[in-house]
Amino acid sequence: MERILFGDNQFFAVNHISDSKSREQSIRFKDDSAIIKVLNDAIGAGINTFMCTTHDRIANICDIIRDNPEKYKDFKIFPCMPYAHKYANAVTELGIAGTLKQYVPGNFFGSLFKGGMAFLSKDYEAIMELMIDAEMKMFKGIDTPVIFLQNVITDLLLGLRAYDMLAAFHAYIKKKYNAEAGFITMNMPKLLSVLEQAGITNPIICASINKAGFRMSGGKDIYEETLNTKKFRAIAMQVLGGGAIHPKEAIEYVCGLPNIESILFGASSKGNIENTVLNIRSFDIKNN
Amino acid sequence: MLKIALIGAGKMGISHLAILRGYADTDIVGVCDTSKMVTDFLTKHGKFNCFSDYGKMIAETKPDAVIVAVQTKFHYSIIKDLLEKNIHVFAEKPFCLNYEQSEELVALAAKNKVVNQVGYHNKFFGTFQETKKIAVSGALGDIYHFIGESYGPVVLKKKAETWRSDPAEGGGCLLDYASHVIDLLNDTLSPITAAKGTLLKSIYSGKVEDAVYSLLELASGQTGLLSVNWSDDTYRKMSTSITLVGTKGKLIADANELKVFFKDDNALDGYSKGWNVKYITELQGGVDFYLRGEEFSSQLNYFVRAASGLAPNTINNFASAAKTDKAISIIKKSSK
Repeated sequence: MERILFGDNQFFAVNHISDSKSREQSIRFKDDSAIIKVLNDAIGAGINTFMCTTHDRIANICDIIRDNPEKYKDFKIFPCMPYAHKYANAVTELGIAGTLKQYVPGNFFGSLFKGGMAFLSKDYEAIMELMIDAEMKMFKGIDTPVIFLQNVITDLLLGLRAYDMLAAFHAYIKKKYNAEAGFITMNMPKLLSVLEQAGITNPIICASINKAGFRMSGGKDIYEETLNTKKFRAIAMQVLGGGAIHPKEAIEYVCGLPNIESILFGASSKGNIENTVLNIRSFDIKNN
Repeated sequence: MLKIALIGAGKMGISHLAILRGYADTDIVGVCDTSKMVTDFLTKHGKFNCFSDYGKMIAETKPDAVIVAVQTKFHYSIIKDLLEKNIHVFAEKPFCLNYEQSEELVALAAKNKVVNQVGYHNKFFGTFQETKKIAVSGALGDIYHFIGESYGPVVLKKKAETWRSDPAEGGGCLLDYASHVIDLLNDTLSPITAAKGTLLKSIYSGKVEDAVYSLLELASGQTGLLSVNWSDDTYRKMSTSITLVGTKGKLIADANELKVFFKDDNALDGYSKGWNVKYITELQGGVDFYLRGEEFSSQLNYFVRAASGLAPNTINNFASAAKTDKAISIIKKSSK
């Protein structure tokens, strides 16, 4: 994985500290061209990996990337699935079985045999595989070396202790997509020990890691201890603590931690992108 | 270790289940749901002890506490049964479909001395807790106007009818969505005693309202607006906010951010003259296990501590939720 990954929250009005900022982003990124422009700025700053949720609009971005093979020849996408609000809103309205019927059948009628059988026999792993395939469709022809399970699902399965489903996700991503599975979580130390017990060695885990201790469940100390003592490939996200920490201080903290293979961040302006990249590169040089 | 059972493994029930099991200190002894699709999953992949009959589950597993996350129309009878068996109860919101039933359950819970809580999770946001602290402190002066708002994208087009489209089953924006804001206003300022000029608007739903607009009066004499719409595409997810306008300042708070304007210096410790902005990162304490938001973990942690005798049963208890049910009926009546 590259040292710096570019995230997509800013494009879809996801802002963890301000509803008004999220509204501004929603207005600013109304058109796909605005997203592409910022992605090009990120590429210009030397970032070639875009880590993004399987939001409907990403399908349009994928079209643009496929249409310009030369321009995006080194470009990689790390898909993060599922786009949870789509399902959450559906579950509220249709219930759990109704949602499965609506979304598994997205290709349900097309793959009635596998889907229908899975649905009737309650083979949940097969249902999950169908849903993964549905989410992955938009990335056809694009390099997706790591495919992530979003934190709401990772942490739901973790809490329920449905550990075999986490392992099943890991195995299917390798088998079907010849890619590495990654897990986004808000409970990194707990997830890592569960994955280790499931026999998954050196897993890719993306978690909130920041100087403020924001969204680091169980506390900053246990995160630092895990980074210091365990073997895994960590991606630090929310490094700015939702904007609570001064950017330079925030990056200095994350760059100083062991075991962090990549840093994920999102920004809307060229200046912010370049500054963040510069900060990471210069702290990395200092630490080596 | 507290023995807990769950009745109703829908979206909220499963979320509660994962949080409770995720942060330990509790023993989940049983899960009851009528959907075999769900209970089969929980049995097979989570090794839960699942039931389709809650009475049988209670008799066999003897829980100390039960999470009730079934549709509101079933709350009264199930909760009454649990209270009579001296079991602590955490119920999802809204509490009951009519406040006479709510008040009966408040009295029963008090008589049997069991811990009782309703899932109005907004009260566990650091920003709304700070809002109440500021409102109570008097630093805003005379709060002569308030606005309680909530918007989100739940019903965005005409669709097949579910329980959400049946007013008799607790469907509709007033009970489901507006109840959160009503509960916050009741608690932050004082209980709603009158509603004037209420508009319950159906936008896409046939039988129920998709938006609620009302002028409210509180026990304290304060007045303000309620504006709630669950058919608003411009929001990615539910967004709830409270605005308080006073003679010495103004406050605007949502789940993530608190903005306060004070006319004078020294209005309140930690704040200065002019605008002050504080974020969730500063106001929200961390949790041991996170799923969907700190507020969901915090409210269950509070319930478990209360049921274990380690916390007072004051936030979101049945009495507070019954006041919200009463306010809902006041608003409903004024629309006719």
